[in-house]
Amino acid sequence: MTPYSYLILLFPLLGFLLNGVFRNSLSKSAVGIIGSGSVLGAFILSVLVFMEVKGDPAIITLFEFIQVGDLSIPFSFQIDPLSSLFLLIITGVGFLIHVYSTGYMHEETPPHFARYFSYLNLFVFSMLLLVMGGNYVIMFIGWEGVGLCSYLLIGYWFKNTTYNIAAKKAFIMNRIGDLGVLLAIFWMIQKFGTVSFAGETGVLAQAAQLTVNDPALVGITLLLLLGATGKSAQIPLYTWLPDAMAGPTPVSALIHAATMVTAGIYMIARSNIMYTLAQTTSGVVAVIGLATAILAATIALRQNDIKKVLAYSTVSQLGFMFLALGVGAYVGAVFHVMTHAFFKALLFLGAGSIIHGMHHEQDMRKYGGLKKMMPVTHITMLIGCLAIAGIPGFSGFFSKDEILMGAFAKSPVFYVLALGAALMTAFYMFRLYAMTFMGSFRGDTSHTPHESPSSMTVPLIILAILAFGGGYLGIPALFAPDAHWLAHFLEPVFAQSAAITKAHAIDHSTEWVLMGVSTALIVGVIFFAVSKYKKYAHDGAAESGLGKLLANKWYVDEMYDAIIVKPLLGLGNFFTNIIEKAGIDKGVNGVGKGVLYLSRQFRLLQSGNVGNYVLMMVVAIVGFIWMVYYLKL
Amino acid sequence: MPIEYYTFLACIIFGIGVIGVLTRRNAIIIFMCIELMLNAVNLLLVAFSKMHYAKAVASGQQDILTAASEGQLFVFFIMVVAAVEVSVGLAIIVMMYRNTHNVDINFLNRLKN
Amino acid sequence: MTTQQIIFWFLSVVAVFCAIMVITRKNPVFSVLYLIITFFAISGHYILLNAQFLAIVNVIVYAGAIMVLFLFVLMLMNLNKESEPQKNKYMLWSGAIAGGMLMLVLIDAVRPEQKVQIYDGLSGGDVGLVKNLGTRLFTDYLVPFEISSILFLSAMIGAVVIGKKD
Repeated sequence: MTPYSYLILLFPLLGFLLNGVFRNSLSKSAVGIIGSGSVLGAFILSVLVFMEVKGDPAIITLFEFIQVGDLSIPFSFQIDPLSSLFLLIITGVGFLIHVYSTGYMHEETPPHFARYFSYLNLFVFSMLLLVMGGNYVIMFIGWEGVGLCSYLLIGYWFKNTTYNIAAKKAFIMNRIGDLGVLLAIFWMIQKFGTVSFAGETGVLAQAAQLTVNDPALVGITLLLLLGATGKSAQIPLYTWLPDAMAGPTPVSALIHAATMVTAGIYMIARSNIMYTLAQTTSGVVAVIGLATAILAATIALRQNDIKKVLAYSTVSQLGFMFLALGVGAYVGAVFHVMTHAFFKALLFLGAGSIIHGMHHEQDMRKYGGLKKMMPVTHITMLIGCLAIAGIPGFSGFFSKDEILMGAFAKSPVFYVLALGAALMTAFYMFRLYAMTFMGSFRGDTSHTPHESPSSMTVPLIILAILAFGGGYLGIPALFAPDAHWLAHFLEPVFAQSAAITKAHAIDHSTEWVLMGVSTALIVGVIFFAVSKYKKYAHDGAAESGLGKLLANKWYVDEMYDAIIVKPLLGLGNFFTNIIEKAGIDKGVNGVGKGVLYLSRQFRLLQSGNVGNYVLMMVVAIVGFIWMVYYLKL
Repeated sequence: MPIEYYTFLACIIFGIGVIGVLTRRNAIIIFMCIELMLNAVNLLLVAFSKMHYAKAVASGQQDILTAASEGQLFVFFIMVVAAVEVSVGLAIIVMMYRNTHNVDINFLNRLKN
Repeated sequence: MTTQQIIFWFLSVVAVFCAIMVITRKNPVFSVLYLIITFFAISGHYILLNAQFLAIVNVIVYAGAIMVLFLFVLMLMNLNKESEPQKNKYMLWSGAIAGGMLMLVLIDAVRPEQKVQIYDGLSGGDVGLVKNLGTRLFTDYLVPFEISSILFLSAMIGAVVIGKKD
């Protein structure tokens, strides 16, 4: 099966083309079947490929893409543990979200419904291309493709200008990151002469020969990091993600929770040997991750829009993953990617279900007491909240714990700060839970909220099961030796890094203590949040002081606007008005005017006055004689 | 007299004729200045013809009676043409005077459009 | 100075002076009269050069016929008393300067750079005699002679046609 793994890409591509070209003639159910069926087909193939995967990467080359001099960039795919795992996540969660969308988007007209699914399929295609790529260039093609689809899907309801602005913002910030990736690729070509991952002449093998903190490595990794901050919404390029909530909720679930934002993690995980050797950059990665986690968590404490809370939560969790990458816990980062995909998709879809049931009301202050009216959504959301908070037994606990242990192994300060962010996570998630499901209903009583149809609740249930059970793939050695299946599975990918870092094994007793302390603190915070918000009554008071700062996202957007956007617009205005209008236009028009003026002056020569003509004749004769006799022309 | 004197004289009279053409407004006076120019040229031609004759004499050529007479014959023909030109030109001027009662060339600018 | 030179200079001065008078008189009749005197001076030059035939023809044709024609036309238009309105000063000056430039340039162009052998035999020789000239005219240049007669014919017809009162 592995040699035919390019078929995995083919299904979503076909779905995109069919739904796109025939969008005016297909019915909604046909569109839904094509859209979801293509991803299901990809999922089945991914499972088959997954079962065959071995430690050595399998390279499947389709054709020679670029061949210039010594440089050869083939259009090739690489199937190894890391990419096959990501394939499963993308196609599996993607399929569930596709099914969910058939219910959520049922209010759209058929052409627009088909447009939605074609964009969604195109996104899955691009994301699969990204993770299956056998070299940085193919990965970059997928990288840009997902950026494009993000723009298309955020601005899906294109009649609303605010949404269009949000879509543009996402695309532009991604573009800034893309510049970093491109520069890194160029540097790689110059330094290594190739961009392929695998093989003895591949980038990773060559990079492994270099010394620690080699300047070229530090440069390349920093540039790749820039790209990752753009795609995965870290400081400084994170502000597009909350605004991206303008798109439909399934889009937020798929793109901005489970898959696209993990592209940055994937890229860094793939280049792990370079990051291990470039210690400086690893430090930068960890710091950025930690700072983002804390910043986003603080903002989420005071948001009232349910989707905004989840968006900032995503940013924060991505910060956790970056922290894991920075301290060298690559397996932990990938593990968290997997569990985060499950519970964040679950949370977003659940929020979508709530929004759908509340007739597109997104302000949590108008929710309350929904647990009786939407029971399935309630149970599944509760499981999701427990998972993200890190309650033992749920998937989030295992992955988050692994990250925290890795942070502690690096430095206790990291651990404390990360724990703080985790506590804030628990707090705002259960604030969300309490405000939404507990207490009494604060909304408009004429529209009673109702449970969602089964096309939406069944994916919720499946995801809830995964959110609960997904953690058992990575049971740490603490509980049972050699039970961490994921670490074994991913061992070939991170072998070189592991050999270099020689991880400090934490003492088992220390680990128990830390685990116990963190769990206790989290449970305490949960109870505190629930008690504070279960009788929430909106008193209409505006935020003040620190609350206001948090509610306004630390005014980061305003800062960017003043520092970057306004000067750029001013520069553009300058070029338009001064150089274009006054300079170039004047120049071109001036030539025309000059010609007209000259012709008018020349016309005066033809006065019809014979005397003038004779005068001109004499002058000309004088001129000729002078020329012949004096200048000897 | 050396030939240069004749050349200078002819040029001077020719130049005066040109000044007359450019300066005067009466069409008939302009015509007369053209005649003046023609006469200057005639003078020069005759002088050159004599110069060639003198050279032929100096170099001992046969048939000297009619040698180098082209210049003078050409002057003869120039006079013929001048007479013809004057008669036709004056006829035209008389016609114009009959139409416009004016021989000022500034008024006769129908060539403009 | 020999007699010849004195006569040459005298005739030249008369010619130039009268030419200037031609172009500067306001009364057109005076211009015509001065032009006649100029023609006589030039005929004098011809005689100095022993071009007898041309001297006579010059007087008869130019001074006798053409100038008389001019006078007739002037009288016809009754311009003898008319004073020409002053031309545009700018045009006057530019015309004078242009013509003067032409004169100077011409003179300067034909000025010999080295001493030319002086042919003092300019006043001698028999080539200007009527007999010799006539011989040449009727043997070598007969065709142009005949054509000029046709030219006269066409001119006469043209003048008559133009002058008709239709």
